[in-house]
Amino acid sequence: MNVWVVLAVNSVTLGGLLFLLSAGFSLVFGLMKIPNLTHGSFFMLGAYLATSLIAAGFGFWTAAVVGGLLVALFGGIVERFILRRLAGAELAQVLVTLGLSFMVADVCLMVWTGDPIRIATPDGLRGATSVGGVGFPTYRLAVSLIAVVVAAALWALLDRTRLGAMIRAGVDDAEMARVTGIRVSRLFTIVFCLGAWLAGVAGVIGGPILSVYPGLDGEMLPLALVVVILGGSGSLLGSLVGSFVVGFLYNFGQAMFPELAYVVLFLPMLIVLVVRPQGLFGRPAV
Amino acid sequence: MKRIALGAALVGLVTLPTWVGGTYYVNIASQILFYAIFALGVNVLAGYAGLVSLGHAGLFGIAAYAGAKILGGGHGHLMVALVALATTLIFSAVFAVLALRGTGLGFVMITVALGQIVWGVAYRWISITNGDNGVTITGRPAPFGLSLASPRSFYWATLLVFLLAVASMAVFVASPFGASVRGTRDQPRRMNALGYNVWMIRFLAFLLSGFWSGVAGLLFLYYNQFVSPQAVALTASAEALLMVISGGTATLLGPITGAFLVVIMKNVASAYIERWNFVLGAIFVLIVVFMPEGLVPGTVRLARWTSTAWRPRAVQPTA
Repeated sequence: MNVWVVLAVNSVTLGGLLFLLSAGFSLVFGLMKIPNLTHGSFFMLGAYLATSLIAAGFGFWTAAVVGGLLVALFGGIVERFILRRLAGAELAQVLVTLGLSFMVADVCLMVWTGDPIRIATPDGLRGATSVGGVGFPTYRLAVSLIAVVVAAALWALLDRTRLGAMIRAGVDDAEMARVTGIRVSRLFTIVFCLGAWLAGVAGVIGGPILSVYPGLDGEMLPLALVVVILGGSGSLLGSLVGSFVVGFLYNFGQAMFPELAYVVLFLPMLIVLVVRPQGLFGRPAV
Repeated sequence: MKRIALGAALVGLVTLPTWVGGTYYVNIASQILFYAIFALGVNVLAGYAGLVSLGHAGLFGIAAYAGAKILGGGHGHLMVALVALATTLIFSAVFAVLALRGTGLGFVMITVALGQIVWGVAYRWISITNGDNGVTITGRPAPFGLSLASPRSFYWATLLVFLLAVASMAVFVASPFGASVRGTRDQPRRMNALGYNVWMIRFLAFLLSGFWSGVAGLLFLYYNQFVSPQAVALTASAEALLMVISGGTATLLGPITGAFLVVIMKNVASAYIERWNFVLGAIFVLIVVFMPEGLVPGTVRLARWTSTAWRPRAVQPTA
């Protein structure tokens, strides 16, 4: 029985991390129509930057925030100076983000070498917490909590603020939003930086669980893709549900069919594609 | 003029092992040829059908893995080729059915995911694929008693397949089917209104593309006598796409030029620098930003522009 509880906790934790990663991806895809293939690189870059910040003597949480901000800055530069030039040319944007992801991966390999780096679990969150007589790893609970808080904050941002209303308008119909006087291009930058920041922070927070190693970007990117295809692009609820579905499938799949875990992961995506191509919470393409 | 150039190119290719000097270069020429076949296959979708696939290394790899497994099972080379290509076609059909649920960006994302599934199987399903260690085969086939073991004979065999691929592409482009594929790229709604089955046309284009990717994968297997998950990684799909795009999509010569460039750069670059992936990424970014239509059409445009610069401007046809 205990094994299943541990698996469930791990699944929720991974689901939380995936939500942080895919919420930004989904918003960028929904608003800008760019499947940003550098998103996995943002995740990895955030984690690597944090390892250096921590090695330089900063605390874990400072490293998480600063690492995230540096990634957001990088994302902003990519958006402003490269993707902006290619506005409207969707294919070109896909290829550029793919090219950038190769460059980032190689630079990371050069700077941080090929050895996996573990980020130490922050003080105060080590060990286990007893909930209802069952011991849970404290850090994993904290990660799940952070994901819930971020989900609530994002929902409040999108649903309750003026900026959120503008982003939703942009996702629904960018051209009409522009006509009504919303500066959609500025929204693009904001959303892209926000997405990059979330991915970077997710990388840092995931560090103590996953550790950081070359190829992490290529492992996380397909997970984000699956979440978005599953949940529907531009839908926060879709990302949330999709993340937890993928989190559970990945952990339980790995426990039950270790060799096929990676394939099991894609099955719900295939089913959704056949039955409902726009994703569970997506809107049908016009 | 065109015929003379074509004949000269053909003579040059056939006699290549005699003038290129050294087996190293003959081997590189073989690599260029089978990657060109792969690029031609990818071009059917990315160029003529307007469907960009980032999962074709999966099909390339399925052919290679299927071939290696059947050969490991002790079957003959003819059987290997037949079953490997049949397997590739079946998987192409499955991929096509799934990927064609989306067009444009949806198609790209689904092909990425499908390619990653194949990679996941190759990397993790160790009892079948031997994981990261890959599968090794021994021996190349000897059709009609002619051994392909030497680099030269393997080159000629690859050249023969390459010429077949180019011929099939030329026929495809000129055929009504080729025209309808281009029609579904440019005006899918009108094609539909004219009574064409857009889905079926795209599906068949996907099969054609998958078939040549599989052929290339099989040649890759025989060339290296080894296949590992690296062959099916996203990087490999991206390389194939880079070949098509750098050379020029929807042209016959473009993917071949692109394959030539990428293979040469990969071999030359890796002799001097370790950072091939960085170079690949940088080339990608530079080409997309500065020469979005590819090198062959880009050069043609420049040549036309210089030859007509002093004449009055003709009205530019709109795309």
